[in-house]
Amino acid sequence: MFPEIGQFALALALGTALVQSVLPMLGASRGNVLWMRCARSSSIAQLVFIGIAFAALMQAFVVSDFTVANVVENSHSLKPMLYKIAGTWGSHEGSLLLWVLILAAFGAGVALFGSNIPDALKARTLSVQAWISTGFLSFLLLTSNPFERVFPPPLDGNDLNPLLQDVGLAMHPPLLYFGYVGFSIVFSFAVAALIEGRIDAAWARWVRPWTLAAWMSLTAGIALGSWWAYYELGWGGWWFWDPVENVSFMPWLLGTALLHSAIVTEKRDAFKSWTILLAILTFSLSLLGTFIVRSGLLTSVHAFAVDPERGLYILGLLGISIGGSLTLYAWRAPAMEGGGLFAPVSREAGLLINNLLLATATGTVLFGTLYPLFMEALTGDKVSVGPPFFNATFIPMMLPLVVVMGIGPFLSWKRADLKGVFQRLRFIALLAGLAALATWYVARGGPALAYLSVAITVWLLFATLREWAVRIRLFDVPLAETIRRARNLPRAAHGMTLAHAGLAVAMFGFIGSSAWKSEEIVFVQPGSVIEIAGFDVRFDGVERVRGPNYIADRGTLAVSREGEFVTTLYPERRSYPVAQSTTTESAIRSTLAGDLYASLAEPASETAADTGAWTLRILYEPLVNLIWIGSTMLILGGGMSLSDRRLRVGVPRRASRSGPVATPAE
Amino acid sequence: MKRAIAALPVLIVLVFGAFFLWGLNPDRDPNAIPSVLISQPAPEFDLPAVEGVGVPGLSRDNLFGNSDPVVVNVFASWCVPCRAEHAVLTRMVERDGVRLFGINYKDKPEDARGWLEKLGNPYERIGSDLNGRAGIEWGISGVPETFIVAGDGTVLYRYVGPVVGAEAEEKFATALAQARTRNGANS
Repeated sequence: MFPEIGQFALALALGTALVQSVLPMLGASRGNVLWMRCARSSSIAQLVFIGIAFAALMQAFVVSDFTVANVVENSHSLKPMLYKIAGTWGSHEGSLLLWVLILAAFGAGVALFGSNIPDALKARTLSVQAWISTGFLSFLLLTSNPFERVFPPPLDGNDLNPLLQDVGLAMHPPLLYFGYVGFSIVFSFAVAALIEGRIDAAWARWVRPWTLAAWMSLTAGIALGSWWAYYELGWGGWWFWDPVENVSFMPWLLGTALLHSAIVTEKRDAFKSWTILLAILTFSLSLLGTFIVRSGLLTSVHAFAVDPERGLYILGLLGISIGGSLTLYAWRAPAMEGGGLFAPVSREAGLLINNLLLATATGTVLFGTLYPLFMEALTGDKVSVGPPFFNATFIPMMLPLVVVMGIGPFLSWKRADLKGVFQRLRFIALLAGLAALATWYVARGGPALAYLSVAITVWLLFATLREWAVRIRLFDVPLAETIRRARNLPRAAHGMTLAHAGLAVAMFGFIGSSAWKSEEIVFVQPGSVIEIAGFDVRFDGVERVRGPNYIADRGTLAVSREGEFVTTLYPERRSYPVAQSTTTESAIRSTLAGDLYASLAEPASETAADTGAWTLRILYEPLVNLIWIGSTMLILGGGMSLSDRRLRVGVPRRASRSGPVATPAE
Repeated sequence: MKRAIAALPVLIVLVFGAFFLWGLNPDRDPNAIPSVLISQPAPEFDLPAVEGVGVPGLSRDNLFGNSDPVVVNVFASWCVPCRAEHAVLTRMVERDGVRLFGINYKDKPEDARGWLEKLGNPYERIGSDLNGRAGIEWGISGVPETFIVAGDGTVLYRYVGPVVGAEAEEKFATALAQARTRNGANS
């Protein structure tokens, strides 16, 4: 019965969305307050209905209701409970249901907490949100109904893809979707503003918390996905420039640009049409991501259920939403007034460079991702664009960005004194140079680019800290005064420092683990010793162990350094008889200095069982954990900025305007 | 001018959309790697023997006029999966009487010699492709790769990666059996 309730609730949500698509929009243009305000209740109703549907599907997974086709295909009665629950969003249908649930949650969020937003703008925004909702709910109901029944019901299910049975993965799609879909509300705000024909500083301030929330989730989702690939999949890397990774990265890059350009719109009333364009494009890229992942358009290591018919439907949705919003943009944007003027050296200019580089980088990633498709369509040749292209184009664009990131926060609005800034940063430039030399002294070898990157990263880290120190006048004034200043500093400023420093920390991880990684793929027999990065790894053999729904070959590796025992690693190869697939469970010794990473590959030959010979992959990835630490700092920085007084709801603005991120350093 | 710039994004999106529409063609499989060689005569190549191994070199001519299909395996001593595959190939030669030719890809002759001495040499002929030129002619994407060539020199099948494990061996054996029946029908 529950699945029917779920389906019914979905249909009701679609009906509500249809009403919400029309009524508030009309109300806003006619000045009918009652019609406008109906958006509030309908947004909440949508969330409740979709929530019921989601709960119904989850219930079917929890009790293993094998009369529901989706449960049969993606669950198994022997599966641990956590993965039964995660199975709810492990399939195409379930993940789309999660998609619309989050869409509704953001709509309801604006309806509930957006009390400071004018009625007309709020009504239009929620109407646009309902357009998206209508499109995806109808997609769900017409092409991918998650509640379809099967008769006769089978005795047991087909199991969830064993690769997906991991705690990191149980959380990865919800967070990623939260980010993807979170940008929908920013999109809706932008389209509403275009319809209304008015964008001002207040608009930018209303949009900012939603942008930040979406950006934080997307950051977390990407970091978690990369962490998952690294720890669970045994790929021995954290980023592969795979199309499915790229489509989540592009909205992040553009969303980052949007966060920064919205600051200019908020503080200086400039960059208006650019901010609107970024808002539209960021969500467009999120939609593109959903489309590419769900249509099987490109070759990817991420195998998803693929159905061209569904692809066509999503492409239609994409065409309407992206094409429509950009047509509106083409029509309305030229009429928008440009705001405050600024000198070539100013904070505005700094943020402009930031935006140009981020947008170009996004374009490059987009081009590289879709190039194989273009080539195939035009010439029929199949090509693949891999890490060499992205490394050669993306990194050279990011390094100047990071250099500017160090300077930017020192610049004042309108006109800045570049000479003064350089005087302040002289020592940090020197420090950066010394750091590169010190790295060379320790590491010897590795690409020249790595040393340049080290210098630039050190520059960013210390310039960021210096800027923060200047603001709170650390060591300049008595400690009590510094603490008082730190407390008075807007949280957005602390947030920026934390996020920028976080990027620097993560960059150390990127550089260390790509430039100085060591890797050995060897054939081993019990007793073989492999030397890597100063460790001696002894292979002691493989034994068979039994798990709840798998059988594993577990290797034993004794790790020592200079004769002293360090640890024992147990990499596994698991085979899942029900799902008929094999996964690699790498074993990792993790420290801040680096990870020693072992994974067991195929048996050396079919006689492996007799001779005990296996293929073993051992990696040493220096500093790799800094990536996750840095990402956490980015997220916390975003959170701190989000909690800033000026963005909080219902908090009256303080009389003394202590300019937030904006205040130039003295 | 301002209008034209504002209209640019939507124009770009339209172009993208056209490509996507093309890409959704249900007959298109983006994961298929085409091999230009399949059903074509074997490519032009002429490789000297690996010094000191005691089997002759390999050239295109050796692939023509055979009574049975032959297997051409691209291998190297530096390639770990090749080692695992070696046992499978040896068994194919010894048990099933497969005729096996080798292309020793970008490998030092002394390394290749040591490797074959240690593991045994199942190959009837081995060409030393020191500079990888023959590898390009055959269009390989990595090592190992294994081809089945019909008696009349036509390339029938290509297997990318090591033929190791029940599933891979099954696939390869099926392809070989098909090649043999085809050869029988032709002659």
